[in-house]
Amino acid sequence: MCLAIPTRLIEIRPGAQALVELGGIRKEISIALMPEAVVGDYVIVHVGHAIGLIDPDEAERTLRLFGELASQEAH
Amino acid sequence: MKYIDEFRDGDIARKIAERLRAEARPERQYSFMEFCGGHTHAISRYGVAELLPPNVRMVHGPGCPVCVLPIGRIDLAIQLALARGAIVCTYGDTMRVPASDGLSLVRAKARGGDIRMVYSGADALEIARREPGREVVFFAIGFETTTPPTALTLRRAKEEGLKNFSVLCCHVLTPAAITHILESPEVRQYGTVPLDGFVGPAHVSIVIGSAPYEPFAAAYRKPVVIAGFEPLDVMQAVLMLVRQVNEGRAEVENEFTRAVNREGNRHAQALVDEVLEVRPSFEWRGLGEVPASALKIRPAYAEFDAEVRFGLGYRPVPDNKACECGAILRGVKRPTDCKIFGTVCTPENPVGSCMVSSEGACAAHYSYGRFRDIPVRVEAVA
Repeated sequence: MCLAIPTRLIEIRPGAQALVELGGIRKEISIALMPEAVVGDYVIVHVGHAIGLIDPDEAERTLRLFGELASQEAH
Repeated sequence: MKYIDEFRDGDIARKIAERLRAEARPERQYSFMEFCGGHTHAISRYGVAELLPPNVRMVHGPGCPVCVLPIGRIDLAIQLALARGAIVCTYGDTMRVPASDGLSLVRAKARGGDIRMVYSGADALEIARREPGREVVFFAIGFETTTPPTALTLRRAKEEGLKNFSVLCCHVLTPAAITHILESPEVRQYGTVPLDGFVGPAHVSIVIGSAPYEPFAAAYRKPVVIAGFEPLDVMQAVLMLVRQVNEGRAEVENEFTRAVNREGNRHAQALVDEVLEVRPSFEWRGLGEVPASALKIRPAYAEFDAEVRFGLGYRPVPDNKACECGAILRGVKRPTDCKIFGTVCTPENPVGSCMVSSEGACAAHYSYGRFRDIPVRVEAVA
């Protein structure tokens, strides 16, 4: 039910609408709940509405943490 | 797909599993509840349970809005379609939830009810605009993730002055339910399940932030780690919980920093607050009446409140006697403990709500986990 997916915002449209793309599929969604979103952002889409934004630096940091962990030897 | 595939890497999952085996103390048991159905689904689908050490057990929680929706609420939606002639719009998830008299929304539709599946509340609004001569009701369910789009739909309906649109609001609140699991009086009926910590909601927390879990963690001395819905997120969160338990900490930590901060989506929160208010009490399937655990439409929007507009009265209906959903939703029983699991009750013909949504504990175990049970039984026979 709480399914939501990160999609790339490719065009802002009138009426707080926006076009997003995911794996080649494009869809118009509402950004009324995420008015600060700009083209190029990865917005998290749930039931046709952007509810959040991916922070690319934090995503990178989390992946690096997994990576560091992966390089550690289990003892 | 960016920000999804990287978080499903099996090699890294096995490395995190090694850390877990190294850090989980063999002399003790760890039980963690994943509150959300999204986590339950990820744990079953990606085989996370197999990667955990044997002394780390995941207990499925009640965080599936479809599963906790009581029969009486579905009955109201069916009544609107069959007895009042309204067009009832709803998310696909609710269509097959069992209701009274052997009905469900999909069966009511077969009996001639005008019930339509929509992707978004905005679609329901569009139907209302196109059919001004009909009453259109949006049957809105979901946790805090799904609530802001409903609030937006209501505000839009008011701005446009729609005369034939209303919402049957069944939105529920996460922190109230988590607290209820640990302190409710019904614990005596179901017994208690010892829990050492919680994997906290992913997308709910995007909206509400991590702060609302802080009083809970402090009052009940239970660690909470907010985690994304991908398998690596869950593995990492379990590792963080094991570390908190080992170090005697009970804090709110955030694994899902790429999308969740402490404050949440303030814009969405303000909108919800403008349109909706807390109900004194709401019935949850499996949990019973939970105080201050759901939202209703504010009086300023009363003309768009289906309960007011149609004068609906709520009537609670007990679950099927054979169904163990109540105990499963509290984590005191597993799906396989239910006598009708996988026999009478299947995803094609669900008796209980946990078998309806793919995020329900029973449906997740039926789809991805039930084959795990087979070798165990063979060994037992041998």
